[in-house]
Amino acid sequence: MTTASILDIQDLSVEIPTDSATLKAVRGISLDLKRGETLGIVGESGSGKSMTALAIMNLLPPSARRAAACINFDGSDLTHSGERELATKVRGQRIGMIFQEPMTSLNPVYSIGRQLTETMTLHRNVSGAEAEQRAIQLLEKVGLPDPASRLKQYPHELSGGQRQRVMIAMALMNEPELLIADEPTTALDVTIQAQILYLLQDLQKELGMSMILITHDLGVVSRSADKIAVMYAGDIVETGTAEEVLRNPQHPYTQGLLECVPGYRGNDAHRLGSIPGIVPSMTGTIRGCAFASRCPRAVDACKTDLPPRKQLGPGRTYVCHDPDATRNQATFGAEEAANEVAVELPKTPGDTVLTVDSVSCTFSVRRGLFGKRKSLKALDTVNLDIRKGEVLALVGESGCGKTTLSRTIMGLQQPDTGSVSLGQHEISTLPAGQRARMIQPIFQDPYSSLNPRKTIGDIIGRPLVVNRIGSKSEQLAKVHKMMEHVGLPRRVFNSYPDQLSGGQRQRAAIGRALIMDPEIVICDEPTSALDVSVQAQILNLLLDLRDELDLTYLFVTHDLSVVQHMADRVAVMYLGEIVECGDRSQVLSNPKHPYTSALLDSALSISPDLSVPAPGLSGEFPNPMNRPSGCPFHPRCPVAEQQCREEVPKPEIIDTTFVKCWKARTFSHQAKHQ
Amino acid sequence: MMTTRQALGDASIASVDTPSELEEGGLGLSPTMAALKRARKHHGLKIGFGILLVMAVFALFAPWLAPHDPYLQNLSLRMLPPVWTEGGNWEYLLGTDHLGRDYLSRLIHGARISMTIGLGAASIGAVIGVTLGLIAGYFGGWIDQAVNFLVTCQLAVPSLLLIMALVFVIGQSVTVVIFVIGATHWVFYLVVTRSATLRLRELDFVAAANAMGCSKFQIAVREVLPNLVNQIMVIFTLEVAVAILNEATLSFLGLGIPSPLPSWGLMIAEGKTAMFFQPWLVILPGIALFILVIAINLLGDGVRDVTVTNRRN
Repeated sequence: MTTASILDIQDLSVEIPTDSATLKAVRGISLDLKRGETLGIVGESGSGKSMTALAIMNLLPPSARRAAACINFDGSDLTHSGERELATKVRGQRIGMIFQEPMTSLNPVYSIGRQLTETMTLHRNVSGAEAEQRAIQLLEKVGLPDPASRLKQYPHELSGGQRQRVMIAMALMNEPELLIADEPTTALDVTIQAQILYLLQDLQKELGMSMILITHDLGVVSRSADKIAVMYAGDIVETGTAEEVLRNPQHPYTQGLLECVPGYRGNDAHRLGSIPGIVPSMTGTIRGCAFASRCPRAVDACKTDLPPRKQLGPGRTYVCHDPDATRNQATFGAEEAANEVAVELPKTPGDTVLTVDSVSCTFSVRRGLFGKRKSLKALDTVNLDIRKGEVLALVGESGCGKTTLSRTIMGLQQPDTGSVSLGQHEISTLPAGQRARMIQPIFQDPYSSLNPRKTIGDIIGRPLVVNRIGSKSEQLAKVHKMMEHVGLPRRVFNSYPDQLSGGQRQRAAIGRALIMDPEIVICDEPTSALDVSVQAQILNLLLDLRDELDLTYLFVTHDLSVVQHMADRVAVMYLGEIVECGDRSQVLSNPKHPYTSALLDSALSISPDLSVPAPGLSGEFPNPMNRPSGCPFHPRCPVAEQQCREEVPKPEIIDTTFVKCWKARTFSHQAKHQ
Repeated sequence: MMTTRQALGDASIASVDTPSELEEGGLGLSPTMAALKRARKHHGLKIGFGILLVMAVFALFAPWLAPHDPYLQNLSLRMLPPVWTEGGNWEYLLGTDHLGRDYLSRLIHGARISMTIGLGAASIGAVIGVTLGLIAGYFGGWIDQAVNFLVTCQLAVPSLLLIMALVFVIGQSVTVVIFVIGATHWVFYLVVTRSATLRLRELDFVAAANAMGCSKFQIAVREVLPNLVNQIMVIFTLEVAVAILNEATLSFLGLGIPSPLPSWGLMIAEGKTAMFFQPWLVILPGIALFILVIAINLLGDGVRDVTVTNRRN
């Protein structure tokens, strides 16, 4: 490997003029990338990481202004290249790009084949047949089965993971020297994420590409990147090798981010760290350090003087005053709490408050007015009970029936057979108001779960108004008290949701769910749309509220690090069935079902010394419309045998864990890794 | 309770002029106060509202404000041009029509009927269209198909023919004209409302309303409808103009406003025959109609800007 730089950026800034002020999205950053290296750019939303990527390619929105001392790509300065040269010689030729949203980055009206070959035939002197040949090769390389026939397919015929593979193949058509991947796996399930990252890592080695990986996920970056640049408010605040930055962070922001990640401080830490405050406004000049207002170590100098860039070694820098006075000050509140709570005894199981009794749910799907009806089994004899005061996590990939189950539990979906009972009552017979007082949901996306036309005060108080609880003054008092509980400032009472940040909105949604004092709260991926520092705040809040208000949570999620942090018990779902259910420690440390084990392998914890593991699961999540015979997991299962293909596994209980697998007694998670 | 309410109100009023204080610990402006505050800064809204107000005043007090009797014919003074053109007369500022009636007085009186018909018919169309659209979009299934069938029927039958038939059967009056025009102009409302409702009902805030025990009616009216206001407003401003012109067509055919009553549409229709030599007969009511529609548009846009907030704090 040569040590020549392939990309050298000096003093790059991006400004976007808006009606009221100029937004400084990127503030004079410098980057250096060697051939064959992977640089991870990490930061929360709005930190300017995507803008940096777009600026390199000169693909910024038309109103944006780019300024840079130089953007040296393999010896030639891109700031001097004209748009035509960039379009024909660089973009898609020597620098490839993968975008976040696989659902929208392919054109729905052209076939996969045409979109793949176009990038090659457009600027290179190759025949259509040659390009097609290469497309087939690449599709095979990115792991799409039967690549030749894929060329004739259209994007809607492929799943999200498959589309992302096609995107990668498209970016690789012209053998770029540099690949920029902007959140390439954020929209995908964990198992697919692991497959895609593994694929990228593999391809990179094989082709000797350099890669810029932009992500908010510290786990992803720790496994894939050689070097890391941490961005905050448009500036790079810390750089270094992955090992250095993640093992020994110097900038308080990097430390704060790491404290926010569930599992970073070990699995028993009860409280996550959190970074107080919000990202400062990106308009105008920031005086002093941009992070000063949120930094626990800030001293007066931080607020007035620009922090110096300190060099610790080659490529290892951080931008901070690093005041001596506060050097040993405890940061972000994670450690102390961890020690304090370590003594807490595991809770004794409470009474069962909710029972799901062999619930099945089948939808019939019809294409068009006269199409044939097809049945889709969303839930297949699901049994589950939730005990008072516990956090039960429901884990599975998208399409496994998690949402249908949570809707059924809330009484919004009638099961075909079976029943859900809440204490003594069957949920379908309860009047809506009474049901609402016992069970409330919190949704994934705080941008769609709050009515944009209502004020926050209205939204939080609405359940009281609908169910006529208390007089007007009592309702108002309750709303104020609830806002205090969930940490919303009083001044947002009359604000509309779009005036609030993502975290504040989710707090409002939590407030609305809790205002009627429900017994059970169903949290449907409540933090997956949020930044990691906000996620930590919300998870802390949920745990605090559980202790304060004696709540029971059903926590639907795909993020195993969150499960590890939050849950008392775990239920794993696959294709509408619960395949494993038991105590968290049991299920996560010693999974009995091969699917649980595969999920665990795909979850990427922060470990810079490890790389992305080879995917243990073959293939993709099957279409629920054609369920495999026998055990529904057998086509992807590494240990499947004849019996699994033919007979549906019987549920059994192996040391307190419920499991549905023929091989459960012989399967061992640990043995797989030896 | 009163005390909290009052305190709330006081706090918001007090903070109108001192936005810095509200950052400290107040509740922020109440939605109405915030909207009013923004309204005061919104020029389009103020202009639109002002024009409509002036027009409404003229319409209401037409008998006192009009210089002449709008029905009084003076055949010796037929087709008098407006005052600024050659042959104009200060007595008849905007000239006279083919029967020698004062054009200004007829315009002022015409504002009554035209505004009533425009706003009335557009509102009736809105009520029908939005209701059906909400029902079709929210419930879907066979209800949706039934409503869509109704739309197809409405679009397939020539509306003028339908209106003529209805007017023949029911009789001729301003009320009938309003209802008949309203009842034949609801398809746009329906199409837009239905598709927006289809999108909105999938959002989580509707699911949240379901989970808190809201009835379907409450969800449709309290959760979905407020989000449709902008779209409905846009169609409304268009439909007002359409309704006024539709009334002109009807009046021209002798099915609209009974004859001597003045309306802008009728004035345009009557002036058409003389358009080459006396163009003001068409231009003047045309300008009045144009200003009315512009004013409603400005008002509609203004209401949208004022009620929607897109600023994060």
